[in-house]
Amino acid sequence: MNLFNLIRIAYKALQRNKLRAFLTMLGIIIGVASVIAMVAIGQGSKQSIHDQLSSMGSNMITVLPSSNLNGGVRIAGSSFQTLTQKDITALQKAQYITELSPSITSKGQAINGALNWPTSIQGVSPDYLDIRKLSLKDGISFTEQDILTSAKVCLIGQTVIDNLFPGGENPIGKVIRFNKIPFQIIGILNPKGQNAFGQDQDDILIAPYTTIQKRILATIYYQNIYASAASEQVTDAAVSEMTQILRDSHRLRDTEDNDFTVRTQAELINTLSSTSGLLTVLLTVIAGISLVIGGIGIMNIMYVSVTERTREIGLRMSIGARGKDIMLQFLMEAILISITGGIIGVILGIVSSNLVTLTLSWPTIVSQSSVLLSFVVCAITGIFFGYYPAQKAARLDPIEALRYE
Amino acid sequence: MSKKILDIRELKREFQMGSETVRALKGISFDVEAGEFVTIMGSSGSGKTTLLNILGCLDKPSIGDYFLDGVDVKKLSRDELAQLRNRKIGFVFQAYNLLPRTSALENVELPLLYNKDISVAERRDRAIHALEAVKLAERLDHTPSQLSGGQQQRVAIARALVNEPVMILADEATGNLDSRTSYEIMSLMQELNSQQGKTIVFVTHEPDIASFSSRTIQLRDGRIQKDTQNTNQRSAKEVLAGLPITDDY
Repeated sequence: MNLFNLIRIAYKALQRNKLRAFLTMLGIIIGVASVIAMVAIGQGSKQSIHDQLSSMGSNMITVLPSSNLNGGVRIAGSSFQTLTQKDITALQKAQYITELSPSITSKGQAINGALNWPTSIQGVSPDYLDIRKLSLKDGISFTEQDILTSAKVCLIGQTVIDNLFPGGENPIGKVIRFNKIPFQIIGILNPKGQNAFGQDQDDILIAPYTTIQKRILATIYYQNIYASAASEQVTDAAVSEMTQILRDSHRLRDTEDNDFTVRTQAELINTLSSTSGLLTVLLTVIAGISLVIGGIGIMNIMYVSVTERTREIGLRMSIGARGKDIMLQFLMEAILISITGGIIGVILGIVSSNLVTLTLSWPTIVSQSSVLLSFVVCAITGIFFGYYPAQKAARLDPIEALRYE
Repeated sequence: MSKKILDIRELKREFQMGSETVRALKGISFDVEAGEFVTIMGSSGSGKTTLLNILGCLDKPSIGDYFLDGVDVKKLSRDELAQLRNRKIGFVFQAYNLLPRTSALENVELPLLYNKDISVAERRDRAIHALEAVKLAERLDHTPSQLSGGQQQRVAIARALVNEPVMILADEATGNLDSRTSYEIMSLMQELNSQQGKTIVFVTHEPDIASFSSRTIQLRDGRIQKDTQNTNQRSAKEVLAGLPITDDY
């Protein structure tokens, strides 16, 4: 008996009892639809957490000078001066890094006429805005040319504006002084609010790093190097690449510890993702249980069906169906029920996910893998729970089955 | 010399019922040649049903030989027996055993579904031909519930014919029918036997029905009591014509 005949026989048999077939399917439909909807909600919330983190720069990698032994005394990293232009030049060749910026910060007093405000000024390269996902509300950023000329220009954060320009006048083009050095304001940063540690991210001035190095601090060292990995996935590769480049650049021997530290945002992301991942697993398990119950429903109905159709089985055997043919027929009926239920469930799951997004405006993502997985699980459910009833049918004795009342 | 369809030698069948051995058939030998119309008669407990099951390849003899169209049934496995039933035997049951909510055509196609050598088109063709042979060409799409008892039995006969078996094996095929319909079925059987040369083995307990066959084998207590050629074979068609026409028909 070929597959087409088999499907035809099973389909005809199901068609004789449509309502029952549908009710049996219902368990699977609900199971699959809930698996897909739950996973979609779980994935959606995971993605939205991820997006929020990305807005802070999820690819961001920070290099800090590290503590090191100096004649047996461990010295705090911040007072250590190891990062120089030579490191920047070396890091520019790294393949997993797309953006790179040194950073040097000075604290001081910003003055506009009679008003003044204690703040800090950060010297960076133009890449920095991209790395930290900073954007300009107004004006323009400084350029490589400004870096070369150590131009006295700056970008200004909202908190500083509020304190130096309380009247609401446009600060662009205005000149303020920072530690007696005049800076022309060329751009205004979009407010970012507080970071996770409660620091005001808007209380800042940003200027070319060469300006800070040469005109304010008179140093050749950097306090930090910021970089951004090509993508979140290659962050780890970027970290090890950068570590190696910096070790080479610092001429460290194999036995020596790093005199710098490379950090990423990955740890934070992992923690948050695992929380929402746990939620997804939990929801999926609950939905999976309903799928199993749907499967038991199939088994139950198939057993009833085998008993009820004993004479039919006897007849089929008497006209030449082998035990195998009967077995495959009932198995195919179970699979048809579960797969049809699976298809309807997938559609229902996608529709209800979209409904959730529309009505509750929760983000949902219907992932292909969850659709594929629940479909495969359905087919397996059909085979697994259809097997025993089918085997029972196949083992019937045709003589007794024909006489069954 | 015509061909032996059934060749049964010293056939015995015993069942184990707890500690007791029930000997249902105690040594039976007979042949049936192609084109014969044999009735097997016997009261209940005579071994009739056991013999039928063995003839239908649903069961195997404990001792003795059974050749169906030259095939030694004893040597076959369960699956091979199923295949043999599919190719060589057409069953007609007392209770018709049609699939409910399934059209006559699909009911007749059923045996061919288990024969993978037959294409969809051929299956349909043969089923239509078989239904034409039992004069139900007009009712291909009717389900059993839309057919009378006699029509249902004719669908069952078409189902038995469709795989072109060497033998039609009928088990009390008129048992559920009134006498007029029974005669109609017997008339159809006689027609198949005489015009198409079908070999028919008909199990019944009604002597009236047996009188339409060409030969009667009488069983009693697991043995053949009598095996007689019916010299005075009645024609069911004539009997039918002789029946008074009643109002309700």
